[in-house]
Amino acid sequence: MHELSIVSSVVETVSESLAAYPGARVLEVRLRVGALASVVTESLEFCYGIASEGTPLEGSRLVVSVLPVVMHCEACKEDVELDGVQSFRCTRCGEPCSEMRQGRELEIESIEIDEMNEVEVKS
Amino acid sequence: MTTRIVELRRGILKKNDELAAGLRANYAAAGVLVLNLVSSPGTGKTAFLERTLRELRAKGARVAALVGDLETDNDARRLASSGAPVRQINTHGICHLDAEMIGKHIDGWEGVTLGGLDYLFIENVGNLVCPSSYDLGEKIRVALLSVTEGEDKPLKYPTLFNSADAAVITKMDIAEPCGFDRETALKNINEIRPGIRIFETSAKTGAGMEEWLGYLANKRADSREIA
Repeated sequence: MHELSIVSSVVETVSESLAAYPGARVLEVRLRVGALASVVTESLEFCYGIASEGTPLEGSRLVVSVLPVVMHCEACKEDVELDGVQSFRCTRCGEPCSEMRQGRELEIESIEIDEMNEVEVKS
Repeated sequence: MTTRIVELRRGILKKNDELAAGLRANYAAAGVLVLNLVSSPGTGKTAFLERTLRELRAKGARVAALVGDLETDNDARRLASSGAPVRQINTHGICHLDAEMIGKHIDGWEGVTLGGLDYLFIENVGNLVCPSSYDLGEKIRVALLSVTEGEDKPLKYPTLFNSADAAVITKMDIAEPCGFDRETALKNINEIRPGIRIFETSAKTGAGMEEWLGYLANKRADSREIA
C-alpha cells in the first residue's frame, strides 16, 4: 500500500547520487528487500514506472532481491534461515527465536548507469 | 555507451530513520515514554487509549496523545474527553504516520512540551501493513488485536506483530459471544513474536487495565534510569 512512497524515496535517493556523474542515465536499480519488509515486489515495479517518469531513472529496470528472514537461535548458538514468515522458531531445534539478523532490509544496493554524456558535460 | 555499476548501499527509508533517531534522542532527553499504537481499523485503539489516558491522569501522570487518521478529527475529540492534550494528524490519503509528521506536530503544539510529559501516545493510522515500516522514534510499539478479528491476524500480518514490543487484545468483554479462541490467538502471537508481553483487555469493563498500567509504569521507570 505504501509502495509508491517507497519507490519515490528510491527515485529521490538515486537522483541525488547522480550528482557525482553528470549527464549519466540510469539503466538499472537493484534493491534488497527483506521478507518481513512489508512490501510487494510487483507493486514496487508497478509504482516504479510512475515515480521515475520525467527523472533520469525513466525507462530503467528495477530489480528486487527478496532476502529470507534469518534469526539467531540461542539454543543452537547459530543463525538460521527461516522457510517463511509464519513461525519464528529455529528450523533445526524448534526453539522460538526472538533475535532477528536479517529480514527487514529496505535498501538500494546499486545502480547501473550509462555515462555516455559525461565527456560532453566535462568539456 | 559506457556503463558502470555504482554501489549505493543506502537505506530507502534512511531519511525517516534519521528523523526518528532525532526524535528518540529528544524523547529520552525529556524523559517521556513514547508508545506507538498500531492495529487494523476498528480494533478499538481509540477506546483503549481513551481509557488508558483517563486512568493514567487519575494516577497523576502527565499524558498526551497524537492521533493519525486520513481525514476527520473525530478520534482527537473522543480522546480529548479524557482531559489530556490531544492533537490530530490528518494524513490525507497516506496510509501511515512518519517521523516527519510526528516532529511537525510536536513542534508548535500549544501548551505541550515533551519535558512536561510522562507519557506520549501515538495512535497510528488503522492499517496492519504500512505503519510497521516507519519508525516514529517510539520506545514501545504496541500491536492491538480485537476478539472480533480472528485469531489468525498475527499469521496474516507477521511484519506488524513481529516488530511489536507488546500486544494488546481488545474487547475481551465480548470474547465469548464472538467465539474467540483465546488459546489459538495467544499461540499465534507467540509464534510470530516469541516471548512478547500480551495484555487481555476491555476498555468497556476495565479488565486487564491494571496490568497494562503497571507495565507502562515499569517501562517508564526503566527508560528514566537509562536516560
